[in-house]
Amino acid sequence: MILDYDVSLENARRLTEMSKRMRLTALDMALASGNYGSHLGGSLSAIEILAVLYGAVLRYDVKNPQDEARDIFIPSKNHCVLAHIPALAEAGFFSREECLEFQKDGGRLTGYPRRPEIGLEYSGGTLGMAISVGIGLAMSAKEHGRDSQIYILMGDGELDEGSIWEAFMSAAHFKVDNITAIIDKNGLSLDGNIEEIMSLGNLSEKILSFGWHVTECDGHDTSSLLKAFTDKAAGKPHAIIAKTVKGKGVSFMENKPEYHHHTLSQKDYEKAKAELTGGVA
Amino acid sequence: MKVTSANIRMWARLGQRGSFFGAALPEIAKEKKNLKLLTADVATLAGMTTFQKKFPEQFFNVGIAEQNMIGIAAGFAMAGDCVFASTYASFIAVRSLEHIRQHLSHMKLNVKVVGFSAGTIMAKSGISHWATEDIAFMRALPRLEIFSPADALEAVKIAEYAASVTTPMYIRISGGPNCPIVYKEDYDFQPGKLVTLREGEDVGIIVTGLMVNESLTASNILKENGISAAVYNMHTIKPIDEQGLKNIFDKHKLIVTVEEHNVTGGLGSAVAEFKSTLNNTPRQIFIGVSDFLDTAGSHKYVLNVLGLTAEKIAAKIKDEWSNCNA
Repeated sequence: MILDYDVSLENARRLTEMSKRMRLTALDMALASGNYGSHLGGSLSAIEILAVLYGAVLRYDVKNPQDEARDIFIPSKNHCVLAHIPALAEAGFFSREECLEFQKDGGRLTGYPRRPEIGLEYSGGTLGMAISVGIGLAMSAKEHGRDSQIYILMGDGELDEGSIWEAFMSAAHFKVDNITAIIDKNGLSLDGNIEEIMSLGNLSEKILSFGWHVTECDGHDTSSLLKAFTDKAAGKPHAIIAKTVKGKGVSFMENKPEYHHHTLSQKDYEKAKAELTGGVA
Repeated sequence: MKVTSANIRMWARLGQRGSFFGAALPEIAKEKKNLKLLTADVATLAGMTTFQKKFPEQFFNVGIAEQNMIGIAAGFAMAGDCVFASTYASFIAVRSLEHIRQHLSHMKLNVKVVGFSAGTIMAKSGISHWATEDIAFMRALPRLEIFSPADALEAVKIAEYAASVTTPMYIRISGGPNCPIVYKEDYDFQPGKLVTLREGEDVGIIVTGLMVNESLTASNILKENGISAAVYNMHTIKPIDEQGLKNIFDKHKLIVTVEEHNVTGGLGSAVAEFKSTLNNTPRQIFIGVSDFLDTAGSHKYVLNVLGLTAEKIAAKIKDEWSNCNA
């Protein structure tokens, strides 16, 4: 398996630009969700991760979305929908306009659906479960000699779930080396600071001790992310611990647990948009 | 699979579990390369060693991790495999419930959840190892079909059917080795269609799993007491055979459901839910495990305490029948 990405600074800059557009789409989606609200905080922390995945790392064909040889991305923290859907739109699976329909009655983007035909591989939403599915997919790809890579995005708060550790253990046991788990380590969950709620301790050492190869990187630096994805070890599953900031890009949302799920006011929308476009509110 | 009287006797000796994993799956896997068998540290106990030896590439033991087992099974199924995932019914139906709901039910994946030692066969181990709520949990999940064989031959038939379709399923394997023979010869297994095992005029006994054999004996006892009781084997609990049930309701004055399962949420509930949508239907008596579970001992002893032996079933029906005609 050769991971053939362009890790040049030029490509990293392109992905940073893509991230900027995705943040604006995310903001528009948050506003469009109206009073129901949306998961802006944990989406903004994952923007660069999704941009690097869909802009460089993942191999897919928009014209043949169910191609057997494709790489598969599954967001286990499926509430990162405001990062995932803009990334799929950037990739060309649907238009930017359709992104704004994501919580509309009967819409094809509503309710974390599984629709492989538009790049949504998994119907999730409940935490801690997709990593096991990823292992099954990865084992199957190896068995059939498919050069397919499986990528699972998890939150750090999500790692409290016990079956994730069953999965970590089994991936190393079965020598699944075509899976990459990306941990969006933004340090916050619904109730606040995860170190206060349930400390993960030395996360890198923990995962390492489960037999995984671990890479740490800056989850908002596209260049650092690009390199992290290439840092694979033969015969071992790969975990990328990406240090991120919840609410990244909007000063008044950064590191604020209240933006995990919230209703965006018109005023805050304009303020945030001004920050993201470099203008003044 | 070839059904001969020698095979029927051999499968009965192996029991439902032994014939499902030791006879049926190894035979089916010969032709079906995308069949996978996953288990959680109970391979030897469940009689999976033949499969494991013959098809090492199709067999995975995930250790004592039932949730991860269902998740991995889902991943295989998403990639196009037909996956059987199995451990004790008491663990698979409860510990793995959310993975079953999220992955198999919501995404309609081709995984057959096989829970063995269902009911109270683990009588001496105590109630942690009993599965008397599994049908209730599984029945609430959308898209999942539920099967419950009456004997070892029916377990083999259900294994063959399960491997031939892509529907997610819960297969409830009951009893231990030396399973009583209900079908003495080959028969035409039709998924979703109940089987009339004994004709009768007065009472209609609708029954599943190991209780089928007990109910046939109960019907004999009732006959000696002048009560004619039909016995209907409900090997498919979901979807329930509505037309078959209608015919039963039309025919009998009293309906009795019998199951080695809590009377809440199981076969009896499934029958009652459908019956309540119809006019002028007969009264229904629920025979099963009530909320009383404070016992342990031999299987025979436990069944007797729970009122699930042929004698107790017959006595209960006799009482109810005399009330009916009082």
